[in-house]
Amino acid sequence: MTTTTLAVLVPLLPFLGAVAGLLLGRTAPGFVRPLAVLPPLAALGLAVVVAVRQGGEQAVSAATELTPTGSVPIELALYIDGFAALVAVLVGLVATCVQVYSTGYLRNDPRYPSYAALVSLFTSAMLLVVYSGDLMVLLVGWEIMGICSYFLVGHYWETPEARAASIKAFLVTKLGDVPFLIGLFALATDAGSFRITKILGNVASGGLDHPTLIALLLLAGVAGKSAQFPLHTWLPDAMAGPTPVSALIHAATMVAAGVYFVARLLPVFAASSAALVVLAVMAAVTMAGSALAALAQDDIKRVLAYSTIGQLGYMTGALAVGDRGAAVFHLLSHGAFKALLFLGAGVIIHAAGTNSLAAMSRMKDLRARVPDAYWTMTVALLALAAIPPFSGFFTKEAVLGAAEHVATGHAEGIPGAVGWIVLVAGLVTALLTAAYAMRLWLLAFRGHGPEAPDHGRQPIVMNAVLWVLAVPSLAFGLATGPLPDWFDGRDLTPTLTTSVLGTGVALVGGIITYGAWRHTMAMAARVPMGAVAAHPEGDAGLVEAEAIASHAPAYGDVASAPDPADPGRLLLGPLHRHAAVGFHLDAVYAALFVRPVQAAATLVRFLDREVVDTYVRGAGALPRWLGTAVRRAQTGNLQTYVSALLAGTVVLVVAALLVATAGA
Amino acid sequence: MTLAAATAMAAHATTTSAASESQGFLSPTGVEIAFLLVGLVTFGAAVVTVTTKQLVHAALWLVVALGGLAVEYLLLTAEFIAWVQVLIYVGSVVVLLLFGLMLTRAPIGRSPDADSGNRWAALTVAIAAAAALVWVVVDAFRTTWIDLDGAAAGSTEVTGASLFQSWVLPFEALSVLLLAALVGAIVLSRKAKANAADAANTATTTSAPSPRNGGTRNHGPRNGGTGNDTPRSDKEGAR
Amino acid sequence: MHLAYPAVLSALLFSTGLYGVLARRNAILVLMSVELMLNAVNLNLVAFDVWLSKTAQDTLHSGQALTLFTIAIAAAEIGIGLAIVLAVHRNRGTADIDKLRDTAETDDDSEPDDSGAARPEPAEKAEATA
Repeated sequence: MTTTTLAVLVPLLPFLGAVAGLLLGRTAPGFVRPLAVLPPLAALGLAVVVAVRQGGEQAVSAATELTPTGSVPIELALYIDGFAALVAVLVGLVATCVQVYSTGYLRNDPRYPSYAALVSLFTSAMLLVVYSGDLMVLLVGWEIMGICSYFLVGHYWETPEARAASIKAFLVTKLGDVPFLIGLFALATDAGSFRITKILGNVASGGLDHPTLIALLLLAGVAGKSAQFPLHTWLPDAMAGPTPVSALIHAATMVAAGVYFVARLLPVFAASSAALVVLAVMAAVTMAGSALAALAQDDIKRVLAYSTIGQLGYMTGALAVGDRGAAVFHLLSHGAFKALLFLGAGVIIHAAGTNSLAAMSRMKDLRARVPDAYWTMTVALLALAAIPPFSGFFTKEAVLGAAEHVATGHAEGIPGAVGWIVLVAGLVTALLTAAYAMRLWLLAFRGHGPEAPDHGRQPIVMNAVLWVLAVPSLAFGLATGPLPDWFDGRDLTPTLTTSVLGTGVALVGGIITYGAWRHTMAMAARVPMGAVAAHPEGDAGLVEAEAIASHAPAYGDVASAPDPADPGRLLLGPLHRHAAVGFHLDAVYAALFVRPVQAAATLVRFLDREVVDTYVRGAGALPRWLGTAVRRAQTGNLQTYVSALLAGTVVLVVAALLVATAGA
Repeated sequence: MTLAAATAMAAHATTTSAASESQGFLSPTGVEIAFLLVGLVTFGAAVVTVTTKQLVHAALWLVVALGGLAVEYLLLTAEFIAWVQVLIYVGSVVVLLLFGLMLTRAPIGRSPDADSGNRWAALTVAIAAAAALVWVVVDAFRTTWIDLDGAAAGSTEVTGASLFQSWVLPFEALSVLLLAALVGAIVLSRKAKANAADAANTATTTSAPSPRNGGTRNHGPRNGGTGNDTPRSDKEGAR
Repeated sequence: MHLAYPAVLSALLFSTGLYGVLARRNAILVLMSVELMLNAVNLNLVAFDVWLSKTAQDTLHSGQALTLFTIAIAAAEIGIGLAIVLAVHRNRGTADIDKLRDTAETDDDSEPDDSGAARPEPAEKAEATA
């Protein structure tokens, strides 16, 4: 088979798996698990084959036009360069891992068939986005991902948190998608085509009329999808979904779609230095803010969610300094270790019966109960904190190196300020990242106190998947050498300055956190805390749903817990209160959008009820009075009816006679 | 027959003498006077029929009105129709109506509620209709006279000849209609019988059986019998 | 004979029957009034037939034939009508026209239903008291 055929099969197989899973879910439950696992696995295999065949050489490009679509043609186009091939492998890997993990995680869930089918559909949509060479086809996958995210976040729709979170995720991403769509149209109008290759060719010849406008419009959609400031607020709330969904959608793939999109169209953004500055500021605010917020969260998954936002900030920062190789490099390693972190968090939540770090820090021997999660998560946290020689170190240094390259004025067309912004923000964030990674590790695995109720051993598939993902987290740094051949050819090896600086601040962050933890640890015993799910025999999904549902009643908030033993509280000081609620951005949104909309709705309701309805009621009153009068005549007495009939007849006859005789 | 012949002859004698002279309202012939008197009686009987409070008396006054009409037919030389009128209306229809009154347990004697509350509206409509009709008829036929001389226009021979020469097809169609009426009456009676049987069954199951119940049950077949009688007598009458 | 005599008599009889139809409460009396109206029409038919048979050259005596038909149909009608009245009387226990008001407009919609539900009850009562 040709590479093109294989590449077409890659998104198609999970799609067919999703359709078959939806159709057979009720009638043939035995097929659901194979249908959930095998298509992503096959897609992974095919993606690997495609990547090997492509091999970083000339991009595979193919297109077919199904039907003429007016002045700007829409084509079913494939465009597979090194970025697409490698990202597809990542998506296939994470999706397969998540599907395998879900068979254990949701093994007793009655809605598992539809869940698995939606995950498959989502995988298919993401692969379509990755491989598509046409922006309209890309948009189709983009929106399918959005709706799948809505359904999957709302998987536990019995809880109000999940319902609110799914609606919020959908609305906020759609808020970005509207300008995104307009931006796509503007771009296609300027370039005369939706084909990425043609657009890039057009940009290279300087054919864009409004590069800044287009770039900013597209950035809105990217910010929504990739959870960048100020449209990031949906991502922490989306943790109300099942953990595998968080791992797949909200860590490794969907949120990476925005970054990937910018990477593909980087020349369009690079054509406008204003857009790059906006991108850099956005990345810097996102990085630093989310790292601070992560330090204050109590829910282990929300810590990871803010961490995801921060790491995506690194990627957008790399894009802002014009190095898409570093961005996608970080995307790949981050996808692996963040998926691992989320899946490991799922194991921990199941074992501890709670998602609260405060409660976990009062449990003894949690790490002994989940040794696999302990070791793999340690690796992943080290990678997250960018400690050499783990994969995160190399990728983050690639980003910082690119920023330093720009800051020192070695790049053309990119303002040096952009480089400085990204570099400084990246270093600050590296410090904070190490701090919250350390805090997570200490609170989750180094707890003191009574032994937690046993929730039994995790299914073997859940633990096995962790080790599979631990391999790239551990060793992806080895790819630093060959990878530039796949990307733009720019060197990705760490530079000495940034390596020393980055590792140094990371170590400082970790050590400070450790010290703070030693200081506060003594307080933990004095303030007993903890609420754990009461169903030891339930599967992991059920335990997690109960943990999420009980967090707010137990601690007063979904995000934070009033735990004085939290090192994050000591480190952040007065900032902790604001960081815990995401710097009040939700309140700002409520004041800016929610309340005006509600007020407008109240006004419309008043107008409709009191003004419009008055006319309607007035119009209805006259016929009703007439009807009441006519009803009186319906006595049911036949003689009355016949009397009226004959009286009318007589009157008519007399009238007719008078008319006739008058004429004569 | 003899009476009709005598009346016709007398009418013949009077009209021949009158016809030669100029005809007018104020010079009524004997037939006209007779017609007028009988008409007054007929009209009076009809008015009493629709106003009397005694239901059985109404039926009997109806006999008088219908009989008066038969006499009017004779005066108009339509003797066959006159006898058919006597046979069917006086002989069968009124009997049927009396049976109906009996079966519906109409009160004997004065019943104060014989007229419904609609009577004033009815009176208005009726007087208006009468005024309009009389006005129109008088206005239209002010100068029209019926010539009653010569052969009788409605003798049995003439009527039979025209009926079986010109009107055979409608006549046979009428027989089909009578058959339909026969079937319809039977169907209605059967349904009523079934209902009565049901009612009787429930009555016997719910309450103690009484001889009156048996009497009620007998109404059904009797009603069917009357329904059957009617078309048969009509058919005879029509022939 | 002046044609106005039978015509006026016919009109008066018709109006009398009309009054009876509209004013009488008992259904059988209404049927009697209908007979009066039919007879008024018959009188008209006969009178005009006699007039025409002398005035026109060749008539088919259609008036008298039609009169015969009308009489036959009236008799059939009275048979069917009485059967209906008796059926109504058996079911409802009354032959009064102004008590048969099932088609009356009522305020609540549940009211018309009782025509089906409550109908057997008075009939049964009437049967029992008969």
